Amino acid sequence: MNPQSVSPRAILTAAREAGTKPDLAALVAAIPYARYLGIQVDRKGTEITTILPFAQHLIGNPVLPALHGGVVGGFLETTAMLQAIFEVAGAEMPRPVDINIDYLRSGRPVDTYARAVITKEGRRVINIHAHAWQEEHDRPIATLRGHLLIPES
Amino acid sequence: MSDTDTPPTLPQHRAGFAITGVPHAEGLAMTVLEIGDGTALTMIPYADHLVGDPETRIIHGGVVTSLLDNACGIAVTSKTKRFGAIATLDLRIDYMKPATPDLAIHAFCECYRVTRSVAFVRGIAFHTDRADPIAACVAVFMLNTAGRREVKP
Repeated sequence: MNPQSVSPRAILTAAREAGTKPDLAALVAAIPYARYLGIQVDRKGTEITTILPFAQHLIGNPVLPALHGGVVGGFLETTAMLQAIFEVAGAEMPRPVDINIDYLRSGRPVDTYARAVITKEGRRVINIHAHAWQEEHDRPIATLRGHLLIPES
Repeated sequence: MSDTDTPPTLPQHRAGFAITGVPHAEGLAMTVLEIGDGTALTMIPYADHLVGDPETRIIHGGVVTSLLDNACGIAVTSKTKRFGAIATLDLRIDYMKPATPDLAIHAFCECYRVTRSVAFVRGIAFHTDRADPIAACVAVFMLNTAGRREVKP
């Protein structure tokens, strides 16, 4: 099956109708920019970890070298979106309203991982926190706090 | 600004040229349009691999993050007139409206305050009208990171 032929909305709708959790791996494969970054999803029960395998095109500072701040931000934002989609079964993708990224350490040219936690699920808005790390989970390279709007459906 | 007071820039940031030597900026075909004394105007053309939802063809939020982060960094360098390595400390983005498919996205960022250690930046992302932004951002950068090594221009 060609993932490009499946829309995120079709994946969400199918899961909703079947009463199951959406296939997050299929979902990231259906998002062109997530595919371009190379984001993967590892789901163990209800615990979701996203993986950003290192690739040369993710570099923002070739001198250090370090991952581009926008790459780390986009990766955290995608992680937050996937967590929200997983926990809040809607027919539409949530939309970011605002995000705040703290860069704690430079992203080295190795694989990066991230997880997100919903802090508050409101009727229309979700408050969510996400963090990314590399070799050591206790040494995060960046954290994100943000609000996602749940489209009415 | 007088024409003799052209602000110094890193070799990869030349007004009127696409950024080279920064792999992720190259992947987005990010171009610097103008550099002032503490300001930067950059642009990325619409591209299919940057899409966040293939159904609506709207550009992924992470792309806007990369564009703003990079433009903020160029604005800082143009203000400090030093080539020491800088690092994003935090970045907040408010998403005002979804980007329109097929249109280029511009970012205008202004470094409005520099201290010995940090630089404060604000910016907006827009298509053609700065009064109708796609997103707004504020960011803080650490100056002279990477062991205070000076990067040769």
